[in-house]
Amino acid sequence: MDMKQDQLKARESRNDFHATPLTPPVDIVEDKEGITVRADIPGVSKETLSIDVDGDTLTISGTVALDATTDLKSVYAEIRTPQYKRSFVLSRDLDTEQVSASLAHGVLTLRVPKREQAKPRRIEVKA
Amino acid sequence: MYPSLTRSTGDLFAEFEGLQRQLDQLFGLRHWPSSIRAATRGAFPALNMGVTDQAVEIYAFVPGLDPAKIDVQVDKGLLTISGERTAEPAQGDKVASYAEERFSGAFRRVVSLPEDADAGRVDATYRHGVLKITIPKRESAKPKRIEVRD
Repeated sequence: MDMKQDQLKARESRNDFHATPLTPPVDIVEDKEGITVRADIPGVSKETLSIDVDGDTLTISGTVALDATTDLKSVYAEIRTPQYKRSFVLSRDLDTEQVSASLAHGVLTLRVPKREQAKPRRIEVKA
Repeated sequence: MYPSLTRSTGDLFAEFEGLQRQLDQLFGLRHWPSSIRAATRGAFPALNMGVTDQAVEIYAFVPGLDPAKIDVQVDKGLLTISGERTAEPAQGDKVASYAEERFSGAFRRVVSLPEDADAGRVDATYRHGVLKITIPKRESAKPKRIEVRD
């Protein structure tokens, strides 16, 4: 009985290993007002996507929801984990309260603005 | 643990990711029979293919495209998916770019269809960046129950 449970556990942990989420490819561009992150997460809908900010860590995670026929037998697969996950560390000059996100055709666009005091400004030289 | 949002490429993390990719290439597709037209890992778009009793279903993961600009063709048992993905124009004054991992440019992937697929009735839909192509099987190839008479 115990042995059986051990085997089950071992199998579970193996499955966990295979279920490592995919790392979505991203483009990250900075301009004067903030940072724009674009991530390719095809198959993820608004309902299965979550964006979390915990302290200074921003995490994107999503589940691929294909409306596949139930008796579909896979014959060839390049996407074998139906999950995406990627985390970034935000620096202190970014305003984590104001993160905005939009999702269109499987591309997530995140906008992280800079804090007011972090925006570049010109310093007047007084006489 | 995580890469910083503003790290530059060419650092240790990037090198480590490169190494991981190489390891994936060595071990990743080991258990899967690969087709002669299968591209190496990381090809765009990624494809999944499955069969049911009724049809062959192909999923192409092509995010960020206008569905009208995806070209799907079937010719002599070969399914070709092609198109072009252009990079989004930068908004405002670009100061720096920290990552450019997303695919941009023209793409083309070819899949050989199973013999029993009926190329005359192909259906394609595009949803959440996934192109689903359904090709029904020929009537003669569908499983049939044969009545036993007495």
